Amino acid sequence: MSASAQEVNNLINQEYKQGFVTELETNTFPPGLDESVIHKLSKIKNEPEFMLEYRLKAFRHWQTMKSPKWAFVDFEPIDYQSISYYSAPKRKEDGPKSLDEIDPQVLEAYKKLGIPLDEQERLAGVAVDAVFDSVSVATTFKGKLKDVGVIFCPISEALREHPELVKQYLGSVVPHTDNYFAALNAAVFTDGSFVYIPKGVRCPMELSTYFRINAANTGQFERTLIIADEGSHVSYLEGCTAPMRDENQLHAAVVELVAMKDAVIKYSTVQNWYPGDKNGLGGIYNFVTKRADCRGDNSKVSWTQVETGSAITWKYPSCVLTGDNAVGEFYSVALTNNYQQADTGTKMIHIGKNTRSTIVSKGISAGKAQNTYRGLVKVLKSAENARNYTQCDSLLVGDKCGAHTFPYIEVKQPSAQVEHEATTSKISEDQLFFCQQRGLSAEDAVSMIVNGFCKEVFKELPMEFAVEAQALLGLSLEGSVG
Amino acid sequence: MLSIKNLHVSVGDKPILKGINLEINAGEIHAIMGPNGSGKSTLSHILSGKSGYTVTEGSVTYQGKELLEMPPEIRAREGVFLAFQYPVEIPGVSNIYLLKAALNSIRKHHGQSEVDAMDFLTLVKGKVRLLEMDEKFLYRAVNEGFSGGEKKRNEILQMAILEPKLCILDETDSGLDIDALKIVSEGVNSLRSTDRAFVMVTHYQRLLDYIKPDYVHVLANGQIVKSGGAELALELEEKGYSWLEDNQVAA
Repeated sequence: MSASAQEVNNLINQEYKQGFVTELETNTFPPGLDESVIHKLSKIKNEPEFMLEYRLKAFRHWQTMKSPKWAFVDFEPIDYQSISYYSAPKRKEDGPKSLDEIDPQVLEAYKKLGIPLDEQERLAGVAVDAVFDSVSVATTFKGKLKDVGVIFCPISEALREHPELVKQYLGSVVPHTDNYFAALNAAVFTDGSFVYIPKGVRCPMELSTYFRINAANTGQFERTLIIADEGSHVSYLEGCTAPMRDENQLHAAVVELVAMKDAVIKYSTVQNWYPGDKNGLGGIYNFVTKRADCRGDNSKVSWTQVETGSAITWKYPSCVLTGDNAVGEFYSVALTNNYQQADTGTKMIHIGKNTRSTIVSKGISAGKAQNTYRGLVKVLKSAENARNYTQCDSLLVGDKCGAHTFPYIEVKQPSAQVEHEATTSKISEDQLFFCQQRGLSAEDAVSMIVNGFCKEVFKELPMEFAVEAQALLGLSLEGSVG
Repeated sequence: MLSIKNLHVSVGDKPILKGINLEINAGEIHAIMGPNGSGKSTLSHILSGKSGYTVTEGSVTYQGKELLEMPPEIRAREGVFLAFQYPVEIPGVSNIYLLKAALNSIRKHHGQSEVDAMDFLTLVKGKVRLLEMDEKFLYRAVNEGFSGGEKKRNEILQMAILEPKLCILDETDSGLDIDALKIVSEGVNSLRSTDRAFVMVTHYQRLLDYIKPDYVHVLANGQIVKSGGAELALELEEKGYSWLEDNQVAA
């Protein structure tokens, strides 16, 4: 018989294929957080003095703040003293000069994830920065990128090699006072990627960072800073996975993008942190602040995200449209299954004249999951002729899950046009039966229907990612029908 | 090919089919006619495996296997095809994608390799021409924004590509204008073959002007009250269903 409503609810057997642990020797701080830990962290990373001061300022501010309660998510308070704030695979004094010096276990881990770090084996046209727990272990194609003036390196390296650039832009989009998790990140961030595209350069390949949490009881606090100078163009991808563990782990990242005049940044994420088991045990708390400043006229930033992992996702990749004619885009697929919770969306702040923004959000909720879209469209008095189009669709699989939409619209400029469309639908038994009657299994049918629902977002992803994202959706829904 | 023996089916506590007996051989076309509420759609649903029905008595064997024990996708892969009365829309999934996924699932079931992309395109385009459809339909989302006639043609297109053994047409003529009816009928007629059987469920005789059945069965109150050749349909057209229903009550 075809899948009945009850069977659709029968959410079992979800397999998380990246859940392995790599055994290796690490240099890990004991759990706990105070100013001495920050001193130690800054020292081990050999940072310039200004960075230590910045961290301490952020830490002192963080101590005055309280964990926010407004999101539509539910979790036990986090004990920040039980987390270790630094963990890195042991290595030689100056860090690895070539792949030969990287712990073979780490290389093997990335290979297993389908991200070989050997340039020969890589897809041509994609440069990778691999961040393992608190440190970047390898960055590929650095030489080739340097030839055209593109800087792509771990942010810890940028702090040593290009301190003036980092100092100028770090915290200029997301200040250390911005929010609780951004303040914490500013105090204790360990690594992440730094990208600088010089004037008029079209980055010759896709840049990507692959984040891997391996160590237990650590938090990953990564910091990414991308600067696209006038007339430049870059496409950046990020992927994330973690081992399966019964404890929740915190991932509190900050990503800052700066687009100068006529610059274009495309930022794509496939987030597949460990989501916890089918009973809601374990999983990553993914509390992330991502923001772009379209600082120059005619600049454009496009966020595309596919969020299938994490026990809790809490992120709002946003665009501050400062320059005239600036364009902000947000394309999102957020899938929650079992006991996952997601509160995600975007903020589009229109400041410049003729600024335009597009928001396309697709939320899919299955099992007992809660999926929330939260978005702000704000048009300031200065933003003459600003336009926004928002489309927000929710798809429910089964009848024990929830979909919620919280749109906020603030318009201070009478010439602005703001549109908001929203739909909520369910995969119907008739659709399932129709597909089964054509020979598809119920699971393939759900996967096909969900992929169809997300099509508008997938077409925004770079090719290799679109394929991965489609496969991931199928995997994340495994067991969502009888 | 298909043998229905004393089939009783209920929805909840309500009996719908009350002892159907029917033998269908390969190469034959059977028309099931009857007034609204006689159980025609239930019969096509129960054969194709839709949930929500309880079989209380009887059996159905299909090519020597117990049909009612197979899940719907296995029935489909074994060659049972239902052309839906109300085909569903699947936003974002292109017609051609669905066709390919369906064809490959059937091929896989029979131990064949996946269809080659070029061969598939040639096959599909040929069938599209046969049904006088626009190739653009292939790249549109399944049934989304299709007119009633386009949806029905799309069903026949799927049938033509999947090449089932047992084709069940559930009220295929409903919602079709005369031109569309002709095209759909031609499509069905082109699929007639000695190793394929058709069950056409219809309320009206007019479909049978175009697709000539070998047998006509009249379903009333959950039972087949009369069977005959193609001429029975004409008699029904003339007299309506009431004389048969009255007969049955009297019997």
